[in-house]
Amino acid sequence: MLSANRCGMCSVRHKVLLRFVEGRFAQDGNAATGREMSLGIVKKHSGGRGGFKGAPIIAILTIILVAAVLVSFTLGRYDMTVLDVLKVAANQLFGMETFSESTHITVVMQVRFPRVIAALVIGAALAAAGASYQGLFKNPMVSPDLLGASAGAGFGASFALLMGGNMYVVQLSAFVCGIVAVLLTYFVSTAVSKGDSMTLTLVLTGMVVTALFQAFITMTKYVADPDDKLPSITYWLMGGLSSTRIEDLPMLLAPVIVGIVPMLLFRNQLNALSFGDEEARALGVNTKFIRALFIFCATLVTAASVAAAGMVGWVGLVIPHLARMIVGPNHKVLLPASLLLGALYVLVIDDLCRCLFAIELPLSVLTAIIGAPFFIYLLTRGKKTWT
Amino acid sequence: MDMREFALENVTCGYKDVTVLSDVSFSIGPGEALCLLGPNGVGKTTLFRSMLGFLKPFGGRITLDGDDIATWSSRTLAKRIGYVPQNHTPPFAYPVLDVVTMGRLSRISPIASPSKRDTEKAAECLERLGISHLADKLYTQISGGERQMVLIARSLAQEPEVLVMDEPTASLDYGNQVKVLRQISHLVKEGISVIMTTHFPDHAFLCATKVGLITRDWVRFGTPDEVVTEDSLRETYGVDVRIVKEHTCTCGTLKGCVPIVEFAAGDTSGERARLEHEKGTPRQRSHVAVCA
Repeated sequence: MLSANRCGMCSVRHKVLLRFVEGRFAQDGNAATGREMSLGIVKKHSGGRGGFKGAPIIAILTIILVAAVLVSFTLGRYDMTVLDVLKVAANQLFGMETFSESTHITVVMQVRFPRVIAALVIGAALAAAGASYQGLFKNPMVSPDLLGASAGAGFGASFALLMGGNMYVVQLSAFVCGIVAVLLTYFVSTAVSKGDSMTLTLVLTGMVVTALFQAFITMTKYVADPDDKLPSITYWLMGGLSSTRIEDLPMLLAPVIVGIVPMLLFRNQLNALSFGDEEARALGVNTKFIRALFIFCATLVTAASVAAAGMVGWVGLVIPHLARMIVGPNHKVLLPASLLLGALYVLVIDDLCRCLFAIELPLSVLTAIIGAPFFIYLLTRGKKTWT
Repeated sequence: MDMREFALENVTCGYKDVTVLSDVSFSIGPGEALCLLGPNGVGKTTLFRSMLGFLKPFGGRITLDGDDIATWSSRTLAKRIGYVPQNHTPPFAYPVLDVVTMGRLSRISPIASPSKRDTEKAAECLERLGISHLADKLYTQISGGERQMVLIARSLAQEPEVLVMDEPTASLDYGNQVKVLRQISHLVKEGISVIMTTHFPDHAFLCATKVGLITRDWVRFGTPDEVVTEDSLRETYGVDVRIVKEHTCTCGTLKGCVPIVEFAAGDTSGERARLEHEKGTPRQRSHVAVCA
């Protein structure tokens, strides 16, 4: 339906919704400005403690994460104990006869399992992408949506929703548009910078492409049917895991695994890149390959996350900082630590989303409400202790 | 083992389609240090970037033991040619030992983490430079002089045959400059070939066996005594310089460059000197020499 056909009531509601949505994007716009400003003050911030050995911390984080997963399975409308969850797990994983109630099995396997896995994977993916981008661009203020992945994926999803595609089409479209946005950023900045120093042009082009796709999203919403399509687009963009089904998991897991494994393998090379291109090359790093690889992988996992859970902000920015403060900036430990912390963070946030109030909160709302003050806290703490 | 030789043969280099330097030739062997001198913007950095394989020369060849480095991967280059950049502050606070361990990246597989042996090697390099006490400090929090030493340690961890240093004494205080120069001449004695740029012609006398003087019109290579002369420095930098020798010291002949500065506080003789100069009288009186 075109906007010309709308009755008065509809257009009023449309405006209210739009204002709400624009508010959200204005907030995103501010984030971009902050990023821009931070380009100048890169050198001021630092985090991390020397001589901290990584292995014990990784082990502790893993234990906490496993505990959090078990607890997450018990949370929700239907009350269950950790023992019930373990019984279902034993039954389902190892085929043991545990005499679990069938409701327990249904709740754990059909409702909570996909959700918990999705939260873990999305958190790990966004945090790993954030840590990679921060190392790659020598800037602790960048986040995974820097090169336009989130905005691109957001547009892809909105457009698919507008066209009435089913969930598979929406995810695929989000994914493809996310990649296209980053490729656009990459090729435009390569053309502009003529191979000299890529970093700044990449970041600036990323902002331009993000703004462009944000405009496309707004356009999509503007022409969307305000009774039907517009709310579904808006809700999708706000993000959430409530509709995640077990069939959706491969679509999320496959690209995330394909993206994260190379990042983990080549993570030591990233250390050299955070000293700048020429130094990295002089240290024997194939900078072109490593940069392209990390950009591709980080984009892949970001797009997959956005496709599965909407535009979830802040995780990729805050978590690498937290990890850096705990284990230091060496990516050998930082990347695995970010993965674990990111998974833990989104899992806990998603638990809060579904338990805090009678209605479920959008994921992106809580990641921002908790993430923003937390980030400020990290910044002040970082200044006091480490710079 | 054959005599190692790092050589530039008629190298012409520049950016995109602008030629910055043309027809540069020199060679250095083990235990030699080449000091590159020249005013700002004359092409020292361009030449450096070419020697490190960042820029492909427009013409000529850059060779190590007769092999053209243009055909090498950055990995092969890093194993044989170490680079000490100007000291800087990175955005992340790596511990010093981690920074030095990064020098091992060209020696391990790209998908491997540095092993215990690599960390030991890095610690050894710190010890070699006498800065083991810095190992656990944060790279962002040590002084400029210490940071320069750490960067030298990192390049040593690459176990290179040739060391390329970009103004290793820039922005260091006097004491740290001397410490760095002392380390450089020590490394040269151990058989490493060092190529460095500097803005102080004195450094050529202090630790170089060869000098390359680069100006907009010509490039000259030779021993410090041949190349660094009062005339050539005047031509290069456009200032008056006296080269002084000192024999009284027990450590042999000392040679240094002293620029002529015409003004002294509260002294009008500079003004007078200029007036005399304009009249055609040679300047000779009331000059105040200031040490570089």
